[in-house]
Amino acid sequence: MARPVQSIERAAAVLELLSTAPAEMGVTELAESLGLAKSTTHGIVRTLCEVGLVEQDPGTGRYRVGRGLAELGGAPVDVHQLRSLAANWLDGLAVRAAESVRLAVPEAGRVVVVHHVFRPDDSRQVLEVGTERPAHACALGKVLLANGGQLASDFTPFTRRTVTDARRLATELTAVRHRGWAVEVEERVTGEAGVARPVRGRGGRVVAAAGVTGTPERLLGRDGAPHPWLLEQLADAVRAVSAELARI
Amino acid sequence: MAGRHVLAIDQGTTSTRCIVFDRTARFVSVAQVEHRQFHPRPGWVEHDPAEIWANVGRVVPEALRRAGLSLDDVAALGIANQRETVVAWHRRTGAPLDRAVVWQDVRTADRVERLAADGLADRVRERCGLPLAPYFAGPRMSWLLDAHPGARAAAARGELLLGTMESWLVWNLTGGPSGGRHLTDVTNASRTMLVDLETLDWDDELLAALDVPRAALPEIRPTMDRHGTAVAVAPGVPITAALGDQQAALFGQTCFAPGEAKCTFGTGAFLLLTTGERPAASTHGLITTPAYQLAGRPPVYALEGSIAVAGALVQWFRDNLGLIRSAPEIETLARTVEDNGGCYVVPAFAGLFAPHWRSDARGVVVGLTGYITKGHLARAVLEATAWQTREVVDAMLADSGLALAELKVDGGMTADHLLMQTVADVLGVPVARPMVAETVSLGAAYAAGLAAGLWPDPEVLRRHWHRAGEWLPARSREWREEGYADWQRAVERSLGWVREGRPR
Repeated sequence: MARPVQSIERAAAVLELLSTAPAEMGVTELAESLGLAKSTTHGIVRTLCEVGLVEQDPGTGRYRVGRGLAELGGAPVDVHQLRSLAANWLDGLAVRAAESVRLAVPEAGRVVVVHHVFRPDDSRQVLEVGTERPAHACALGKVLLANGGQLASDFTPFTRRTVTDARRLATELTAVRHRGWAVEVEERVTGEAGVARPVRGRGGRVVAAAGVTGTPERLLGRDGAPHPWLLEQLADAVRAVSAELARI
Repeated sequence: MAGRHVLAIDQGTTSTRCIVFDRTARFVSVAQVEHRQFHPRPGWVEHDPAEIWANVGRVVPEALRRAGLSLDDVAALGIANQRETVVAWHRRTGAPLDRAVVWQDVRTADRVERLAADGLADRVRERCGLPLAPYFAGPRMSWLLDAHPGARAAAARGELLLGTMESWLVWNLTGGPSGGRHLTDVTNASRTMLVDLETLDWDDELLAALDVPRAALPEIRPTMDRHGTAVAVAPGVPITAALGDQQAALFGQTCFAPGEAKCTFGTGAFLLLTTGERPAASTHGLITTPAYQLAGRPPVYALEGSIAVAGALVQWFRDNLGLIRSAPEIETLARTVEDNGGCYVVPAFAGLFAPHWRSDARGVVVGLTGYITKGHLARAVLEATAWQTREVVDAMLADSGLALAELKVDGGMTADHLLMQTVADVLGVPVARPMVAETVSLGAAYAAGLAAGLWPDPEVLRRHWHRAGEWLPARSREWREEGYADWQRAVERSLGWVREGRPR
């Protein structure tokens, strides 16, 4: 069998991203979300415009899916297959980080936990698989929002620190896309912090978010940012899961 | 002792792996190589012993390299192996007599029927704790000696050696033709149908009945013992444990005490329940087997029951019905409905095994109505594994008089949360998944590290076992018992389908 053509895989990812994004996207946003160089992304988007699968807004210069895409359909990754492929890697992450780990996907506008690994300390914990998380108030949700997830965010305040301002959230989401991770510090539950990174499907499209949850003292440094070692372990785990997804 | 790491070799049916664990029993690195499967005739399955030994020589250094460790960092080596697979080899040259005859191979079926006709079934059940079936190693040894002229005489002179896979590996690791030690452990020896479960020694009557000379057989040792020091592959490293893979998984799940049980959900499912220092006889067709033995201590026994068709039913649903593209998608499909809609699938593809033992049964789908969708079928497929688990657990508890407080699970199907929840619901006890999924290798490492003194006692190992997930029973007793009664009525409908002389 012939090897897959990388540029076509990437073009497909651009289309998938644009088709689920709540608004039109610029080249920089697309490039950051897919983890591609800006020049590469620009070439792909221009080509897709040529064939009518993508359109450029003449006013803003931003992109949306074109009419040519209307006939094309695509099935998302099955969440149970995703869990099956991710389980071993996320178990390893939970052991190394000594914290609980969750995997979440966007489902009908909601952030749904599809896998949960207990913190390895044998304290009483309950599986949260199937439960919802507020998109605007958790790291998992922010990763999905920042990468084109069509999610309802009603800005309900859960704690004093919940981000309830749309503009402030938008600024944060740009940063999330830019640096490749999201953080929550007591925004959903007092005394709890979380760090999450995107899990990418074939072509680079974000299909899920994986994250570690724990107390702020354990997850964050003095500067309030997540420990670099934790970000690295999380990066290794999501890279491994993404590699599994690329093989199916 | 300089070394703080343990090497676990898992010599399995399709591959050989080496996993390095650190002294807190955390996974450090793995290397794995697959080997060829030979199917020279229908029902025959063979492996090349020389290829498997060569693969051990590849995976051990590779796992150490990936861990950034040297042999000086290693305290001990443990082996877990595919059970009931037989190797015969020449003591002087180390050359295998033939390919290994694998546990899935049914070439000894006629031979076992003749033994049954000779009235040996009761003796095998009483002495060995095994049903008289072609599944076990002894008749394969006998077959190899019959198939090669002069082999039995060479075996009687001790020139030709017999053993299960761990014997072959220990002999080669400890020097092969130049002083290799010919050993087996109680868990592997007990699967030959040649060992008395009480004395844990070769039984002369059974040796005579199967015509296997004692001189060709390995010395039976405790699971955790000084099996020798490796001179090949890992020179200088003490080999301190060898055990069958399912017993290794039981040990890796820290099921040391009576009433503790694990189930490995894969293509089939293997359930083992630790019963204590006395073998518990089964009146329900289960296997009585040593679970482990520490040198100088009495052996600890277990009851074992296997489910032939578990994940295999999901594979059938995927490949033969084409209703899903990948096995995990069965959960997606099953969750499109609330319940099984009254539909049950009994996967008696090759008859029913424990606790029924009915070779005349064939698979049935019952309760079909116009209402049933593929979602209901998907539920029924997953529930079939759960109800079969319940049957085996019930038989085990009846035979042992023990109660079950929790079931520890491992294997690929534990990623299916709907199945795990259903198992908890039909058993009425919590189901727990450990953080280290590689329980076979972990068990070999635990056993080897214990014997080498890396850990003072098994209780310390319990502190290294961590729960990664847990499913609690969520259904009422009425739901459970009504569902079980329906399942049992479905099983009845699968019986007697095969007619004499018409094998399908």
